[in-house]
Amino acid sequence: MMDTPDTEEGVAQAVQDAVIDSTPLEIRGAGTRLGLGRPLQAARTISLKALDGVTLYEPGELTLVAQAGMTLKALDDLLEGENQQLTFEPPDHRALLGTSGEPTLGGAIAVAASGPRRLRMGAARDAILGLRYVNGEGDILRAGGRVMKNVTGYDVPKLMCGAYGTLGVITEIGLKVMPKSEIVKTVAIAGLSDGKAISALAAALAMPCDVSAAAHLPDTVSRELGFSEAATLLRVEGFETQAAYRIERLIEALAAFGAVVEIHSDPWVAIRDVMMFAGDDRAVWRISMKATDAPLLVASLREQIDVEAFYDWGGGLVWLACEEGRDASAVAIRKTLAGFGGHATLMRASDAVRAAVPVFEPEIAPIATLSAGLKSRFDPAGILNPGRMRA
Amino acid sequence: MIEMPVPDQRIIAKRASIADRLRKIVPAEQVIHTSEELKAYECDGLNAYRQPPMLVVLPDTTAQVADIMKLCQSEGVPIVPRGSGTSLAGGSLPTADAVVLGLSRMKDVLEIDYENRTIRVQTGITNLAVTGAVQPDGFFYAPDPSSQLACAIGGNIAMNSGGAHCLKYGVTTNNLLGVTMVMADGEVVEFGGAYLDAGGYDFLSLICGSEGQLGICTEATLKILPAAEGARPMLFGFDTNEVAGEAVAAIIRAGLSPVALEFMDKPAITVSENFAKAGYPLDVEALLIVEVEGSEAEIDEQLTRIEAVVAPYKPSTVKRSGNDIESAKIWAGRKAAFGAIGQLADYICLDGCVPLSQLPDVLKQTAELAKKYDLKVANVFHAGDGNLHPLIMYEANDPDSSRKAEELGADLLRLCVEKDGCLTGEHGVGIEKRELMLTQFNERELRQQMAIKDVFDPAWTLNPAKVFPLSLSEPHIDDRRAA
Ligand SMILES: Cc1cc2nc3c(=O)[nH]c(=O)nc-3n(C[C@H](O)[C@H](O)[C@H](O)COP(=O)(O)OP(=O)(O)OC[C@H]3O[C@@H](n4cnc5c(N)ncnc54)[C@H](O)[C@@H]3O)c2cc1C
Repeated sequence: MMDTPDTEEGVAQAVQDAVIDSTPLEIRGAGTRLGLGRPLQAARTISLKALDGVTLYEPGELTLVAQAGMTLKALDDLLEGENQQLTFEPPDHRALLGTSGEPTLGGAIAVAASGPRRLRMGAARDAILGLRYVNGEGDILRAGGRVMKNVTGYDVPKLMCGAYGTLGVITEIGLKVMPKSEIVKTVAIAGLSDGKAISALAAALAMPCDVSAAAHLPDTVSRELGFSEAATLLRVEGFETQAAYRIERLIEALAAFGAVVEIHSDPWVAIRDVMMFAGDDRAVWRISMKATDAPLLVASLREQIDVEAFYDWGGGLVWLACEEGRDASAVAIRKTLAGFGGHATLMRASDAVRAAVPVFEPEIAPIATLSAGLKSRFDPAGILNPGRMRA
Repeated sequence: MIEMPVPDQRIIAKRASIADRLRKIVPAEQVIHTSEELKAYECDGLNAYRQPPMLVVLPDTTAQVADIMKLCQSEGVPIVPRGSGTSLAGGSLPTADAVVLGLSRMKDVLEIDYENRTIRVQTGITNLAVTGAVQPDGFFYAPDPSSQLACAIGGNIAMNSGGAHCLKYGVTTNNLLGVTMVMADGEVVEFGGAYLDAGGYDFLSLICGSEGQLGICTEATLKILPAAEGARPMLFGFDTNEVAGEAVAAIIRAGLSPVALEFMDKPAITVSENFAKAGYPLDVEALLIVEVEGSEAEIDEQLTRIEAVVAPYKPSTVKRSGNDIESAKIWAGRKAAFGAIGQLADYICLDGCVPLSQLPDVLKQTAELAKKYDLKVANVFHAGDGNLHPLIMYEANDPDSSRKAEELGADLLRLCVEKDGCLTGEHGVGIEKRELMLTQFNERELRQQMAIKDVFDPAWTLNPAKVFPLSLSEPHIDDRRAA
């Protein structure tokens, strides 16, 4: 049964109905990211698609409040009209997951989708000023607000971001947005090893150049985007003279690593959306870890399994593709990662594998207890996306 | 007057034995028990409220903190975590039956990692000392509360503190990567780490801003950033607050991303100028200080652009700093403002936040309300993000004046909420705004937040009587104990 309410009260009603007959409720926006997390069996589905209005947009306050079902496309168009943009550059997971439809804001927030600009401007959670949600008892609740600074009570809005709809149905989100830069340029160094590349990115990020994205594509991956060898990439923004000055400084600082040249294509959408791993049937992992450890992890994995990797966030985000097999190499990946510290999330695999393998990094016991505690207090009946995050 | 819960005499009766047991955990001199010494812990920056705790304990290690928590948990003793005691909201105000757990001895820098741009510290370290540790190598820690010389990172995390430069770099929560937290039952848990965005529920977000009610943070991993080549401010004077407010919005909208954008109104200008002789014009109603950073050329271009954006608002004063001496002078008045006002009168510093478009109206109504209560109010605040700091001047030893000041404060905060804003932008709720929480949230919303505390601190012994109205928390605690 699919409900598509066009009011918040309708959402609350749908949740209450599910509580009454204790039926699991799957929450969806456009469904483009349903392949993330663990597969779900739910007799009821609620779609937020019809809740797609803009509540408030004040460009002079860099503030936007929109309903969860608003599409990112409509949002981008609206912001574009004022030469503004979202701060966290949310990835579009359609190509990677082979889904269709127009991704919604609510979906991006629920899965905490943050792209390359996360490095400089923060993650999805950092952009959230407040939200409205329906908890697992069908109460319509507010958290946070619409102002830029707010420490009134616990920071529930950020908790909802990345909770995959397991703690509440997000109905409306207040966001901080940002102006677009006049100039956006990308510079590259060719042919670096992973280790050298991460050092180069670290050197660049230690410069006060407001680098807004920093990635490294090893040889085979870089070819997918038309490079002829490994490409170490930096995005620089600002007004004309500022961007030029920043590039000049980076050229100087990175001279020891090789020639820094401006490239005239934009690789960042492809990096954001993991296009290099789209369209095949390998398992895809997303690993958050200390940047300087990342090449060591990848080197160690290359000795154990057949794996392709690239790096975003200066190396702090590693994307891996490997053969799916029975467990998507979860054991090898998590065991190796444990030696460094970090979190591995299985971003793409068949339903069977995602049901069998912990998709999110297994929690240590005290944190698992806290997670279960929060779940039981936000959703006592356990009906909201049950099993989406943990079995 | 803000009420505090009735202390539990059964706990106070055990004072001597608890002190003895604490002395088995930390060296004897780190358990403070004489009434004379306890006085130093009787209040924080909200010094109209004072209550010495039952005992104070000053541990050196996380393991000691864990043992202290286990002891207090088993005896049902309330714990009040304390960093440097600069909270302006009564966040670290003790109760008579509480043990204050002071982190002031735990102030080591544990690790600096320039390549990954992180620093790991014990949470008793001051905010400024974190920047101090990395400054020689060209880095800094971004959140910069004005109290940064004194306040501790643990307090910053608990309050999710901000500062003038947060307009560009975000507040504490945006710069915090991980914490070691000792839970109410003494278990030591690591949240996050030296990397971005751990998976699973975002516990760090809950911990940051939880006002010491979810656990004791003993260590933290923080982001550090490369320092800009330089920074320079510019000063604008306006004939009305309204126009100054509009100019703020214009600057933000133009995408010029200054690092700081500070506002002073007439009463604040007059007092500061008399005190600091910063050369502020005295014939204006409002001043804006706008600071940008970068190379010399970048700074010049940004200031030129800002000047152009502000020009249509016809500023009556435009002063651009040309060098470090002039910069220091422009900042001198702003930095001296609180101190200068403190010389004239006692003051309460409020912290509401409103949408930028509401600034002019809120300032106007603030003046009207001040007049109604016959009190002086000066405004010095972070305008770029709408975070107001009305300073209500009053006389602390005149009960009538104190009462009026509190009432005016409450009215002003209600006004912020009415204008789609919030009660507190960076100082926290503490005891001060606890009873006003129901103006911003309804009961169910607060109960959902209280449920979070239930999960972390089932017995509700951590930092009692903060954040939630007593009318909600006391029956809730009674219910839990009965169950
Ligand atoms: C003159 C002045 C200017 C100020 N300017 C600013 C400003 O610009 N911006 C701003 O945001 N604030 C400002 N403040 C407020 C205050 O400095 C901040 O709230 C600061 O973060 C408090 O730090 P502290 O170490 O003094 O904490 P305390 O006052 O000791 O404690 C504050 C809260 O944190 C809890 N706590 C402390 N340490 C821990 C820990 N390790 N684990 C768990 N909980 C803990 C306490 O229980 C309490 O609830 C100012 C205060 C003054 C007096």
